[in-house]
Amino acid sequence: MMNPENYLILAALLFAIGSVGVLTRRNALVAFMCVELMLNACNLALVAGSHIHGALDGQVAAFFVMVVAAAEVVVGLAIIVMIYRTRRSTSVDDANLLKL
Amino acid sequence: MTFPWLTFLGLLPLVGGVLLFLPMGRGAARTLGLVFSGVTLAVAIAVTALHVGGADLAVQVPWIRAFGAWWALDVDGMGLAMVLMTAVLTPIVLLAEWEPPAMRWSAQAFFALVLILEGLSLFVFMANDVLLFYLFFEATLIPTYFLIVGFGGVRRSYAAVKFLLFSLAGGLIMLASVVGVYVVGAAQGVPSYLVSDLAAVRFDGDLGRWLMLGFLIAFVVKAPMVPLHTWLPDAAEHSTPGTATLLVGVLDKIGTFGMIKLCLGLFPEASLWITPFMVWFAVISIIWGALGAIGSRNLMRLVAYTSVSHFGFMVLGIYAFTTASMTGSIFYMLNHGFSTAAMFLVVGFMAKRTGSYDIAAYGGVQKVAPVLAGVLLVSGLATLSLPGLAPFVSEFMVIAGTWTRYPVVTAVSIIGVVLAAVYILRMYQRTMTGPVTDETAARFTGRDLTGIEKAVMVPIIGVLLVLGFYPQPAVQLVEPTAKATLAYVGTTDPAPVVKGAK
Amino acid sequence: MILLETIAEPVAATGMFTWAWTMIAVPAIVAGLLLLAGKLSDAWGHLVATAAVFWSFAIAVCLFAEQLLAPATERAVAAPAYTWFSVGEWTFQVGLLVDQLSILFAMLITGVGGLIHVYSIGYMSHDPRRRRFFAYLNLFIAAMLLLVLADNYLILFVGWEGVGLASYLLISFWQHKPSAAAAGTKAFVMNRVGDLGMLMAISTMLAMFGSSKFTEVNAGAASTEPMWATLIGLFLLLGACGKSAQVPLQAWLLDAMEGPTPVSALIHAATMVTAGVYLVVRSHALFEAAPTAQMAVIIVATVTLLAGAWIGTSQDDIKKVLAGSTMSQIGYMMLAAGIGPAGYAFAIFHLLTHGFFKANMFLGAGSVMHGMNDDVDMRHYGALSKVMKVTFLTFAMGYLAIIGFPFFSGYFSKDHIIEAAFADNTFIGVCALIGAGITAFYMTRLMLMTFFGEKRWQPGVHPHESPKVMTIPLIILAILSVGAGIVLNFWIQEWLAPAVGNHPHELSLVPTPVGWMTMAVVALGVVAAWLVFGRSSIPVTAPATNNPITLAGRNVLFGDQVNDFLFVSPTTALATGIDTTDARGIDRMVDGGAQAFGGLSTQMRRLQTGYARSYALTMVFGALVVGAVLILTQLG
Repeated sequence: MMNPENYLILAALLFAIGSVGVLTRRNALVAFMCVELMLNACNLALVAGSHIHGALDGQVAAFFVMVVAAAEVVVGLAIIVMIYRTRRSTSVDDANLLKL
Repeated sequence: MTFPWLTFLGLLPLVGGVLLFLPMGRGAARTLGLVFSGVTLAVAIAVTALHVGGADLAVQVPWIRAFGAWWALDVDGMGLAMVLMTAVLTPIVLLAEWEPPAMRWSAQAFFALVLILEGLSLFVFMANDVLLFYLFFEATLIPTYFLIVGFGGVRRSYAAVKFLLFSLAGGLIMLASVVGVYVVGAAQGVPSYLVSDLAAVRFDGDLGRWLMLGFLIAFVVKAPMVPLHTWLPDAAEHSTPGTATLLVGVLDKIGTFGMIKLCLGLFPEASLWITPFMVWFAVISIIWGALGAIGSRNLMRLVAYTSVSHFGFMVLGIYAFTTASMTGSIFYMLNHGFSTAAMFLVVGFMAKRTGSYDIAAYGGVQKVAPVLAGVLLVSGLATLSLPGLAPFVSEFMVIAGTWTRYPVVTAVSIIGVVLAAVYILRMYQRTMTGPVTDETAARFTGRDLTGIEKAVMVPIIGVLLVLGFYPQPAVQLVEPTAKATLAYVGTTDPAPVVKGAK
Repeated sequence: MILLETIAEPVAATGMFTWAWTMIAVPAIVAGLLLLAGKLSDAWGHLVATAAVFWSFAIAVCLFAEQLLAPATERAVAAPAYTWFSVGEWTFQVGLLVDQLSILFAMLITGVGGLIHVYSIGYMSHDPRRRRFFAYLNLFIAAMLLLVLADNYLILFVGWEGVGLASYLLISFWQHKPSAAAAGTKAFVMNRVGDLGMLMAISTMLAMFGSSKFTEVNAGAASTEPMWATLIGLFLLLGACGKSAQVPLQAWLLDAMEGPTPVSALIHAATMVTAGVYLVVRSHALFEAAPTAQMAVIIVATVTLLAGAWIGTSQDDIKKVLAGSTMSQIGYMMLAAGIGPAGYAFAIFHLLTHGFFKANMFLGAGSVMHGMNDDVDMRHYGALSKVMKVTFLTFAMGYLAIIGFPFFSGYFSKDHIIEAAFADNTFIGVCALIGAGITAFYMTRLMLMTFFGEKRWQPGVHPHESPKVMTIPLIILAILSVGAGIVLNFWIQEWLAPAVGNHPHELSLVPTPVGWMTMAVVALGVVAAWLVFGRSSIPVTAPATNNPITLAGRNVLFGDQVNDFLFVSPTTALATGIDTTDARGIDRMVDGGAQAFGGLSTQMRRLQTGYARSYALTMVFGALVVGAVLILTQLG
């Protein structure tokens, strides 16, 4: 059995990669994937925590996150597709009308 | 459980207002609005009859247990007077605005908003729970805002925002006090918002004074007192006469109503402490408002400024702490509703013919539209408190009652009585008398008051005359409120100095 | 003070007295009816209105007859109607007090009022708004009766304001004339200044006695602190000055002549303007407890009687001469009322005779104007005695009465006042005497300019005698002007004694030394006027003059200018200032606050770039900060 802390370190790494991706990449699909990566990093941390504490709460929470993530993917992808259809672009910087 | 009359009374116009948002024909909408306001009036009269008959109408249902908030409604003499005034004025306003100006929002929306405003105001006057009072107090701003912004004159959005900001600022300060009242009450073992429960709590010292000030500032904004009055002339000038009537006649009364019910009713000690200040501020308002009216070139502004002056008298009467002056103030609240309604509406009738509220746009109207001129004169005479019309009785009670405590203050304040004659008669002289101008001839000839317009004015002038010649029932209705408040505050009337040798 | 105890409590109303309220109600209802019925009542409105006044007159005469028959202690009758309102310890009854004083007034008002109604049927026959005129006249009669019949000061004040309203409506009756409208407004506003005094007086009474009833105020007056008694007296005097056009509130009366002439006769000569005298006499107990206030009354009265006479000498408008004369005569009445118990009965005596002869002369002036195409300038008259015989003869009776020609009514009433003034204070007496001389001067001037000399008629004017409906009231009033004095002379003191507590004097028809002196001064005035205006012809336009006395008289002693300078201009300036302060001061502060918030939010809005990535960055930083805070607090 590996040291459970390694799982947490991995989760932190994945989260960091995901967040850097969100901040730096302009392609909406890539940014979206990076968000998914962050969510899965969280899942990993939750499951690891659950293992460490010997309780099931973390795993339950992970399932919640998965469900929410799935729902979010549906909505998010739909928005990206719509933006692509109207603007012929998947760059997040092109969709900058949300301001005064 | 008996029938919850008060809840029913308040909900009736609200339901009517909501129904009016459903799509329907213009004629149907107006009829529906009038029917709802008429039924509300009938229920209000029934409630009055029950109250005078001695029935206990109080409703008291737990609402938010965590805060000790109740759905608590009750009426005393003052509340009932205000309820009746609101219920009478609403159908009158609807009739007066039967044809709201074109190019604005629809008549249906106007009727709906007026009904909603009526319902909310009724609840304010009936609320017996501080939190409930606060909620309805703030809620009245919403329909009023839309009434100004949707139907007003040229600078309506400026006026509406100004009104909203002044009122919200006052309301926010009041919210702090509302929270504070609960905290202090809970600390003393009374975790409740019921007015009757809070009356037993002692709000002493600086804390009590600060809490009282929170309420008072909101009410001073509402019952516009100098220097927090500037929103009123603008709001009145840029709204329709009907809206102005409800705004000044009904909504502003919440200010003086709240002073008696909450400031005096919860913080007797702090209220006595602020008295010298308030008395002088009232005098300043009286003179300031009257001078402002003299300086007004716009009829709606003029009427608004007269109200500032009259609210000064009401506040003076409240803070003089005598039975006569306070009864006079409450009675004045009732009378002023009608006299100011008469002024606003008749000015509206004039503007409907010329499209202008400028005094300079009129001249010699009396010759071609004598009925209109007569109605304006009677309304004006009521505004300047001529004996025989209701406002005189109340103004006299305030003056005579205040005199027994503060002769000098009263002597200064009644300069307002002379100024009242100046602003009313000068306005009448400039608009109605003199040679008929071409403008007047074109706009007014053959267009004296119509049947509907007469139907609007007759009940108002009727009320003013009846209460002028036989005010005793109304005085007896509101006097118990004044007596109870004074007994709670713990002041007694000054006794006559000389014992007459009968 | 001893006399106060002899004032009997009013007895309860029985029999005819229960009808007393109809004196007020009938004209009031008719007034309302005529105003509401509109054109429907054009044809018969004036007749109903006249009938209403005669109804009141009939009731008044019946009541008077009953009083005459009753024993002296039961003549004052109280007739309460209903409780107007009661608040705290105060109760205000709408109640009537028919006593020896008020019944005389009631008969004067309804009697002269009735005659003037009849006269107006003719005078106003060509006016399309005649019905409205009669409605206002009836309103006035009702309010005036309420004023004199009220049994407490508050109801008196209701009548007081009611006559003010009627006066306003009637002065500005010809509203299409801007001058008339302005005069009405001015009269109302200046009366309101007087009303302040009334309001303060009533408030003080309530604070002192807990009631405003005459009986209770009179009972308590003697035991009031002198300061408060003086203040009440001064407040009442202020009220009286407003209503009775006494200095310093005199400026409205001359402008009030803008109203139709019957109005000037009824309201601004015979009845309403004398309400101030009534008020002082009615409040005699208070004034007796306040010698300072009495002194103030005397000073005001003396100044006014001279000022009014002064104005009368230099006006060319026939009505304004009479108005100046009215001021002056009311000054005499006030003087008598201020002198105290010795003068009350004479004040009322002069008030009654003045009511007759001045109404007579005003109506006569109206008749002249009627014949002269409504021209009021006496310089355009002349030689009218030949073409308007009835008017001339009746006017002459009034003239002889006012200058105090022996055995005419003014002779009795005015001489008594001058004698009482001499008894009180020689200086005041001399002033009153001079006033009598000036009265004779300006009235002679008026007579000479109007009825004698050569014709100075404007082209197109054809003077003619007025119709019978106008001359018959003139004749009746002329008879009263001649005879009222001698009838009332020996009777009025005894009659009024219970109501006003005066000291009856022994009177005889043989003039006293003061009486001889008065006659001499009056003769001097007549001769002087004849020397100036009777011998030479009168210019058609007023000659330019630098004589300050004439200039001041023509300009009504600069009353308007003084008022403008002291009150109107400052008020206007303040009103404008308020407007500016509200807009530039208070609003600008509020707007400034709003703008500060607005500026702040404009700055903060820049953070909103629209780039999703920058929002994400903010979120990350936020999360980091939150995390850091959590960790740091955990560590701590």
